[in-house]
Amino acid sequence: MTGDPGLMTVLLAMFAGAIRVSTPFLFVSLGEMLTEKSGRINLGLEGTLVFGAMSAYAISYHTGSPWLGVLVAGICGSAFGALHGYLCKLPKVNDIAIGISLMLFGTGLAFFFGKAYIQPSAPRLPSISFGGWSDHPGIRQALEINPLFLLGIALAIFLWWGLKNTRYGLIVRTTGDSAPAALALGINVNRVRLLATMAGGFFAGIGGSFLSLYYPGSWTEGLSSGQGLMAVALVIFARWHPIHCFWAALLFGAAGALGPALQSIGISRGYHFFNAAPYILTLFIMIVSTSPRRSLKGAPGELSITK
Amino acid sequence: MADTTDTPGLGVQGGTLAELRDRFRRSAEYVVIPILALIVSGVLFSVFLLALGKSPADFFSLVWRGGFGTSFSWQNTLVRSAPLIFTALCVAIPARLGLVIIGGEGALVLGGFAAASVAIPMVGWAPSFLMLGVMALAAIVAGGVWIGAVGALRHYRGVNETIASLLMFYIAVSILNFFVEGALRDPSDPNKPSTKPIGAENMIGAIPGTDVHWGLVVGVVLCVLLFVLMNRTTFGFAAQIAGGNLRAAQAQGLPVGKLMVVSCAIAGACAGLAGFFEVAAIHGKANASLIAGYGFTGILVSFLARHNPLVIVPVAIFLGGLAASGGLVQRRMDLPDATVLVLQGLLFIVILVSETFYGRLPFFKPKGDR
Repeated sequence: MTGDPGLMTVLLAMFAGAIRVSTPFLFVSLGEMLTEKSGRINLGLEGTLVFGAMSAYAISYHTGSPWLGVLVAGICGSAFGALHGYLCKLPKVNDIAIGISLMLFGTGLAFFFGKAYIQPSAPRLPSISFGGWSDHPGIRQALEINPLFLLGIALAIFLWWGLKNTRYGLIVRTTGDSAPAALALGINVNRVRLLATMAGGFFAGIGGSFLSLYYPGSWTEGLSSGQGLMAVALVIFARWHPIHCFWAALLFGAAGALGPALQSIGISRGYHFFNAAPYILTLFIMIVSTSPRRSLKGAPGELSITK
Repeated sequence: MADTTDTPGLGVQGGTLAELRDRFRRSAEYVVIPILALIVSGVLFSVFLLALGKSPADFFSLVWRGGFGTSFSWQNTLVRSAPLIFTALCVAIPARLGLVIIGGEGALVLGGFAAASVAIPMVGWAPSFLMLGVMALAAIVAGGVWIGAVGALRHYRGVNETIASLLMFYIAVSILNFFVEGALRDPSDPNKPSTKPIGAENMIGAIPGTDVHWGLVVGVVLCVLLFVLMNRTTFGFAAQIAGGNLRAAQAQGLPVGKLMVVSCAIAGACAGLAGFFEVAAIHGKANASLIAGYGFTGILVSFLARHNPLVIVPVAIFLGGLAASGGLVQRRMDLPDATVLVLQGLLFIVILVSETFYGRLPFFKPKGDR
């Protein structure tokens, strides 16, 4: 080891953290991005994430199969998405307010059913080792990568390609940019938004399953600390671009790993502020990346949040 | 209502009983629909309980007993309602401008923390009234600046206020933890990291004859004042116009930015006061107990009251009672404490969905419009 070992440790821990912590951000932000591309905003993904985490853990505990848990978390997530999508099509029902209510409802349900699963330990997701070439234990540990992370990257690329090149992608983008135009094309706007919100909920549920089944790797009530909502800000930062969502998720993961990384080398002063780094970063990014005067590049025209 | 130009005396004399009935029907909408929504959520929650093999009848009778049945439970309910009134105002005032602020909990936490911190150097020499006054002022300023900043960010930078206010809640919590576990920690308290207590002799007492602290009275007065501000002054009128159509308000030359920042600052000051009363009347010091979820339940209170400050009071008492009965329900029915959260979430969804029925049910329309 050359240079300052403390700094190296922090950088390595942040690199490892970026990979480990970013996965839920990645899935939730991709889900949110897809929903927003169709012209609605779902603030309820925080509740979806927490419920996904709980259901994945419960299923994994009962069946012994964590992958089944991931699937069930996704299905539960799309059920929440379906509820959101269905309720928001009613006239005078505000999508932001419905999102907040679903956030409370989803969290409440997860806590309600999750009480029984706080104690028992469930089988967790395996990881794949990519660090065999190195004999540095830190690097090896950092390169223990969960398959869901790779799946998330694949999903980001797929969404990027799909939104740009396929018929379905065009339908989603048209619906999000101008409902009247979509209507004139014979597109059922409400159905497109319902499906986009369901798909978004599915991804958010998977993101939640990562929290309980891999990192931190158990079900507790304080498991999510606003990741579902930070993802909404992340999508704005990423300008509704799936690949940018991936980079943004990595950045947020690294910011989230800053506090624990500094603590691991003995810097515990200001620990609470370093733990708040992701929130401060999100707020800062929102301040510099939005503008009251012009609309943002890539923003869906129908989105209430940017109007 | 614009067509009733004749004098009131004539209007009644003129025998337009039908007119009166129409007006009654129109306002009945605002009573009947929320009550129906309450019933619907009660039914849905009963189905939920039945599916789990629990008795809804037991549940509702326990909620009644735990929240409103005895004078003891009433006092427990009212103590919990006080902070809800303040945090609901934190949602209701910006809502007039079309802003959805969900970070009232952050202003509550910071308000309580600010109140407890300014009290530390004053313990021992300052008279109670001076100390409490300074504490309240600190809480108002801290909360007002915190949420006022959200309004400013919204207007001057276009930052979404819903997300910004929630992020600032997490930041507020870390500020509290940083000081409470660090520089301002009371070394004589080994259990829970807290600031130094303000002293029992300086605490706000109860309303005579009850265990309920004066925060409830202040909250009710504040609701009335803010109702007058939002409904009977030019400020409130301008805010309402800006909430209805921002561009039109700007075209009219209304100071939209100022309206936003001031409304948000008032809102934050209300939530800050909630923190002040939690510290000065309940805990006596600032610690993690301040993060009790009052800010989040306040969102529900405000939406249930349709952002009307006067309606906030009964709704806050209703939800305070629900929260107060949580413990009893948990013990007697072997249900987790999150049961109340589920019911609250359900109520929230049904209330929002009920918005869709306003102006669409033929029963409430005047005869001619049907």
